[in-house]
Amino acid sequence: MALSPDRRTGFSRRRQTLVFLSYVLAVAGALLGAALLVISRFDPPLFAGLRMAAASVTAPVSTTAAALGRGIWSIPEAISTHFFVRQENAQLREAVKRNQTLVLRARAIAYENRRLRTLLALRDREAHTVVAARLVSSTASSGRRFALLNAGRFQGVRPGMPVRGPLGLIGRVVETGPAVARVLLLSDPNSIVPVRRARDGLPAIAVGRGDGRVDLRSVTLANARFAVGDLFVTTGTGGIYPPNVPVARVQAAGADSVAAEPLAPADTLDVALVQEPFLPVPPPSRPEVPPIGGGITP
Amino acid sequence: MSGIEYRPFARTLPPGRARALPWATVIGGSAVTAWPAVANIPLMPPFGLLMLLTWRLLAPFALRPWAAAPLGLVDDLVSGQPLGSAVLLWSLCFLGIDLVEQRLGMRDFWQDWTIATGAIAATLLGGRLFALPIGMVVDGAALAQIAIAVALFPATARLVAWVDRKRGQPR
Repeated sequence: MALSPDRRTGFSRRRQTLVFLSYVLAVAGALLGAALLVISRFDPPLFAGLRMAAASVTAPVSTTAAALGRGIWSIPEAISTHFFVRQENAQLREAVKRNQTLVLRARAIAYENRRLRTLLALRDREAHTVVAARLVSSTASSGRRFALLNAGRFQGVRPGMPVRGPLGLIGRVVETGPAVARVLLLSDPNSIVPVRRARDGLPAIAVGRGDGRVDLRSVTLANARFAVGDLFVTTGTGGIYPPNVPVARVQAAGADSVAAEPLAPADTLDVALVQEPFLPVPPPSRPEVPPIGGGITP
Repeated sequence: MSGIEYRPFARTLPPGRARALPWATVIGGSAVTAWPAVANIPLMPPFGLLMLLTWRLLAPFALRPWAAAPLGLVDDLVSGQPLGSAVLLWSLCFLGIDLVEQRLGMRDFWQDWTIATGAIAATLLGGRLFALPIGMVVDGAALAQIAIAVALFPATARLVAWVDRKRGQPR
C-alpha cells in the first residue's frame, strides 16, 4: 500500500501554519515530558494529588469488579466444600488431637514469658490497626509494584503506615487520597525492609526484586548462610514496621544474598490491615534561631 | 465479515465524536490497569500504548502529532510510572514514526508491525529505565511483556480498523 499523500499541505498558508504548529507542539510535548520526569525524579510526592485523583476514579470500578470476581470465585469453592466436608471434619479432629499437647506447652511458655516480661518491666507497644480494607488493583504494566487500597484519608490512612495481611507483611502506604491509598509492595525494587531470621536473629534486609519476590541480603559479616525454609520477620528498626511480622521465607539455599518468597501474597481475595507506624515520626524540631546580640538565651 | 463492507453513503458519526473516539480508545486502553488483580510480575501489556501506536500506524490522521503528550499524561497517572515518562516516550514514538514514514514509500502490515515492535520495545525499556534501578531494566519479565505486547498488535489492529470503519471518514 502506498502511503497516503496527505503530507502535502497545498498552497493554503493557514493549513501549512497549522501543520507546522502541530509539530512544534509535539516537540514541546516531549520536552514537557522530560521536564516532568526530572521534577518527579527529585520530588516524587509532588504529583501525588493528581495520581490520587485518577485513582479515585478507577478504584470504585476495580472494587466493584473485584467483589464480582470474589463472588464468582466462591461458587466452585462452595461446591467443593459441600462434597468434602465430612472428610475435612475427620482431618480436623485428628489435627486438634495432635495439637492439644502443643497448645498446652505453648500456654505454659506464654505464661512464663508474661511473668518474665513483668519482671523486666518491658513495655510493649501495641500495633493498632487503623482500618481493614482490600487491595483492588495494581500497576500491572509498569516495573514498579504499587497496589491501590480502597481506604484513604477519611478512614485514617496516612502515608508511611505499614500494611499487613493475615499471614505477613504486604508493604507500606506511600500516597493517600480521600478514599484510596497507594501501597508500595514488598517486591518493589525501591522497597527495603530491615528483617532478622526468626530462628537466631541473623540481621538482614529484604529488598524487592520486582518479580513478586524479595532479595534477602545479610548485613553482618560476610558468608552468612541461608537455608531453604528460613523464616524472616521484621525487626522494628526504623520505626515504620512493627517487629516480629513475618516477611519472607527463603526459597533456595545460598550465602549473603538469596531470593525469598513473601509470606503474604498480595491479592484481591484477602483483607489487608493498615496499622499505625510502630514508632511515630517525631515532629520536626523547632528551627534554631541564633540569638540576636548574642549571649542571652531564654 | 458478512455482507457488503463498503458503504459510501452510510451515516457516520458526527465530526466531534469521530475525533474524540481515538482519544477515548487510547484512554480506555490505559485504564485497563484498573483490572482488579494484584499482579506480582508486571506482564500486562501496555494497552494504552498499543492503541496509540495502532491508531498512528493504521489511521495516521486520527490523532494529531501533539496528542501523544496529553494521552501519555493520562497513562502516567494510572500506570504507576514516574509522571512524565509516558509523556516523553509516547511523544518520541510519534516523532520517530514520522521520521520513518518520510523514508518509506510503500508500506504494508508487516512493516507496520515491525515499526510497532521497535516502538513498543523502546518505550517499555525506556519506561523501566526511568522507573527502576539500572540493574533491573532488562530482565525476563520485561522481555516477556514486550513479546506479549508485540503479539497483541494484530488484534489491536483489527479492533482499531473496526472502530475506524464505524467512525467514518475523518474530515
